Amino acid sequence: MKARVTVMPKKTVLDPQGKTVAKAIRHLGMERVTEARVGKVIELEIEGGETNEARRKLEEICRDLLSNPVIEDYRLEIEK
Amino acid sequence: MPRDPEITPELIQKHGITPEEYERIRGILKRDPTFTELGIFSVMWSEHCSYKNSRLELRKFPTSGGGILVKAGEENAGVVDIGDGWAIAFKIESHNHPSAVEPFQGAATGVGGIIRDIFTMGARPVLCMDSLRFGPLSAGPDGTTEDLAKRNRRLLAGVVAGIAHYGNCIGLPTVGGEIAFDACYSGNPLVNVVCLGALRHDQIRKGRATGAGNPVYYVGAATGRDGLAGAAFASRELTEESKEDRPAVQVGDPFMEKLLLEACLELFAHPEAVVGVQDMGAAGLTCSTCETASRGHSGIEIELDLVPQREPGMSAYETMLSESQERMLIIARKGHEKEVERIFEKWDLHASRIGEVTSDGFMRVKKGGRVVAEIPARPLADEAPLYAREAQVPAPVPGLNLRDLPEPEDLGAELEDLLADPTLASKNWVWRQYDHQVRAGTCVLPGSDAAVVRLLLDELAPGFGSTPQTSNATPRISPVKYLAIASDCNGAHCRIHPRQGAKMAVAEACRNLVCSGAHPLAATDNLNFGNPHKPENFWRLRECVEGMAEACRFFGTPITGGNVSLYNESPEGAVDPTPVYCAVGLIEDEKHITTQEFKGAGDKVFLVGDLGQGLGGSLYAIRKLAKKVGPLPPFDFESEKRVQDAVLAAIRAGLVRSAHDCSEGGLAVALVESCVSGEAPVGGSFRLPAHARADEILFNEAPSRIVVSVAEGQAEAFAKLCAEHGAPCLEIGTTGGAEFSVTLGGREAIRRPVASLRAAWHDSLAKRMED
Repeated sequence: MKARVTVMPKKTVLDPQGKTVAKAIRHLGMERVTEARVGKVIELEIEGGETNEARRKLEEICRDLLSNPVIEDYRLEIEK
Repeated sequence: MPRDPEITPELIQKHGITPEEYERIRGILKRDPTFTELGIFSVMWSEHCSYKNSRLELRKFPTSGGGILVKAGEENAGVVDIGDGWAIAFKIESHNHPSAVEPFQGAATGVGGIIRDIFTMGARPVLCMDSLRFGPLSAGPDGTTEDLAKRNRRLLAGVVAGIAHYGNCIGLPTVGGEIAFDACYSGNPLVNVVCLGALRHDQIRKGRATGAGNPVYYVGAATGRDGLAGAAFASRELTEESKEDRPAVQVGDPFMEKLLLEACLELFAHPEAVVGVQDMGAAGLTCSTCETASRGHSGIEIELDLVPQREPGMSAYETMLSESQERMLIIARKGHEKEVERIFEKWDLHASRIGEVTSDGFMRVKKGGRVVAEIPARPLADEAPLYAREAQVPAPVPGLNLRDLPEPEDLGAELEDLLADPTLASKNWVWRQYDHQVRAGTCVLPGSDAAVVRLLLDELAPGFGSTPQTSNATPRISPVKYLAIASDCNGAHCRIHPRQGAKMAVAEACRNLVCSGAHPLAATDNLNFGNPHKPENFWRLRECVEGMAEACRFFGTPITGGNVSLYNESPEGAVDPTPVYCAVGLIEDEKHITTQEFKGAGDKVFLVGDLGQGLGGSLYAIRKLAKKVGPLPPFDFESEKRVQDAVLAAIRAGLVRSAHDCSEGGLAVALVESCVSGEAPVGGSFRLPAHARADEILFNEAPSRIVVSVAEGQAEAFAKLCAEHGAPCLEIGTTGGAEFSVTLGGREAIRRPVASLRAAWHDSLAKRMED
C-alpha cells in the first residue's frame, strides 16, 4: 500500500514562508491572493495491505517523526 | 463574538492572581476588572514582567558607577560608555520555558527578542552569545535513562538549530557562550541569550510615550494567538500538561526582524520624527503600551480594530495578551507622520496608526470604539506587589570523604574520560552551526576564554553607506574598539554554596576577559532558579544575589540589566541555582588580544595562582560519585585580583603568548585545552609538586588560577612581574613534542599522545549527537 502524509503549519501558528510566498505572488500582480501556507508532503511505500496495526504504526510515525505536533498538523491518507 | 467569561475566584486563580493581589487591583481601578483587564494585570504582574518575587533582591546589585549611561531597569537595556563618544548596549534574557516545549522556535524567538531589546535602544546589534544548560546526553548513574538522554539530545539539537537559524538569517555573529550538562536540567533546559550593540552617546533612544496627541504606531508582523500569555506561562512550573497548555507557539521570522531593525535605525537618524520606541516582547501590546506611558508620565489610548490581525475574530483579551514576534510600538511626533510612514514603507513594512499619547495617565484600550480596558498606567507597570518571600536554609550538600573516592590507577585514562565529558569537551559541534564571523569583526572565534570582536565605529554610525563615497575622497581610517565578552556560572558550585558559587562566577567571567587581554567594564546577569515559594529556593536566590552583588562591587563591574527566570522546575525538582553572569570588557590595543592555546614549541608554561587542594565541587568528583559533594575550595577576592592584575599587566607588557583560565575540570584539563584548542595541537611536559593525592593535584577546581605560556627569553620578566603584583607564580613546564606528560614530585603520572587527548576532547560531543 501507499501512504501520503501532508504536514501543514497549524492554522494558529505564524508561517513566515507562506507569508513570503503570498507577498511575492501579490508583487507579481495577482492581488487576489490573500494568504498562502506552505507545508510538505511525504509519500511512503509500504509492504503488505492496510491493517489496523499498520495504520496505528503510521499514525505514530506521523506524530513522532514526520510532524512536530506543537506547531504542525498532519493528515494521513492511505491508498490500497 | 463570544461573551467575556464572568470573573470568578477560579478564573482569578487561573490567572495566577492571589486574592490579595485581586484586592489591590480593585483598589487601583476602584471597581471590578473586566476580563481583558484581568488578563492585562495577570501578565504585567507575573514574575516575568514585574519581578515581584525578586525585585527586592535585585536592588542589592550595584547599578551605577564606571561608565554607565543608562541604568538597569530604566529602559530595555543598560548602556555603557566605551570612550570616544561611543557606548554599548547589552543584555541577557532567558527563554527557558518556550525552549522546553518547542526547542527550535523557543530558542529562535529568544534570540529575536533580545536583539529587539538592543536596537530599540538605538544601538546597532553586533553580536549574540548564549549560555545554555541541558540534561545529560547519555544514560548514566545520575538517574538519566536512555529515554531521557534522547530527549535531552533532541532539546540540544533543537535549541542550537534555532539559535543558528535566527542569528544566521538576520546576519549577526553568534560569537560564543557556554554550555554545561547536568541531570538537574533534564526536562528544564536553560536557554539564556545575549545581544550586544554599539551606538554613539547621542543615539540613545528611550522607550517613552510623551507629548499628548503624538501618534502611536504599530509596526511589524500581524498579531495572532501566539504564545497567549506566555509571560504568565513562564512564571509557572513545567508539568506534563505544559505541552497541551500551550495554545500556539511563537514562530520567529528573522527576515521580518531584519527589516524592523534597519527601519528603526533609519528612523532614529531622524530624531525630530520619533519620540519613543518599544519592543513588544513578553506580554506584547499590553506591556509596551503601559510601560511607555508609565515611563513618559503620560497616558496612551489605542483602538484594537486598527491592530493588524493574522487571524479573524480575535477578542480584545487575545489581542492584548498575544506574544506574536517581530512587532514594535513607535511613538512618533505629531506632524511627522508622513516621514515615519515613508521610512517603514521603504523597508516593505506597514506602520499602522493605532492610537495616541494622552495626558491623563491612563492606558485606555478600545475595541470598535468601546472601552474594554482603562487602567492607570503607572500602578500597572511599576507598582506590582513586591514580595519578600520566606527563606530557609536547605539541608547542606554533603561533604566529600576522600575514602569514597578510590585513587585511580591510570590517571591518563581518567583525564581522557574527563575531557570527553560534554561539559568540558569542545563545543565545536555547536558553534560550527553558527555563523560566528558574519560582519567580519570577530577576532577571537568561539572556543577560547572570551570572544573578541572588533568594532569599526564609522561603519556603525547611522547613515553609513547611504551616501556613496566619491572616488577621489581620501579614505578615512575608522576608529576601532576591541571588545571581549564572556559568560560563566557553575550551577553545581552554586548548589553547594550559593553565595560563594555566585562570587566565583563573577570572578571567572572577569578572569576570562583578563585572559583575552581585556579589563572588565560592566555585566548583565540572568538569574535562573526554582519556584521562589519554596523557602529553600528563595534562600538560594538571595544568597546568590548577595554574593554576586558583593563581587560586582569588588571588581567594579556594575550590572546593566538582565533577567530573572524563576519556576525552573520539573517533576524531578528545581534546577541548580544558575545565576549566569556575562561580563564585557575593553581591550586597549589590538596587540593585547590573547587566546588560550599554546602558540608553539619551546615556550615556558606558568601557573599563576595556587596549586589548590581538595576535590569538593569538582566535576571529577561529581562524575565519579554521581552526586554533588562539597565543600567548595576557598575563594577570596584579594587573591583573585592579584592574579588578574598580574596577568593583565603581563599581557600589556607583551610578555604573554597564551593565557587560559583554569576552572572546570582542574589544572590538568586546562593544560590539555591549551595544548589542543589551536589549529595544530602542541604537546607539553609539565612537572608539579606532589603536595596531595595525585587526582587532587590534577583535578581540583581551586579558583583564581590562570595558565600562561611565555617565550623562553621572557620567563624571568614574567615571573618578576607576577611577584611585583603579589601573585603566586610557578613555572610548571615547557611546550612542544607530540606527547602530553605530567610528573608529580618527579614521578611520572600521565603520558599520552596529545593527538589522542585531542580526539577525546574534540570529537566527544559530535559523536554523542550524531549517533
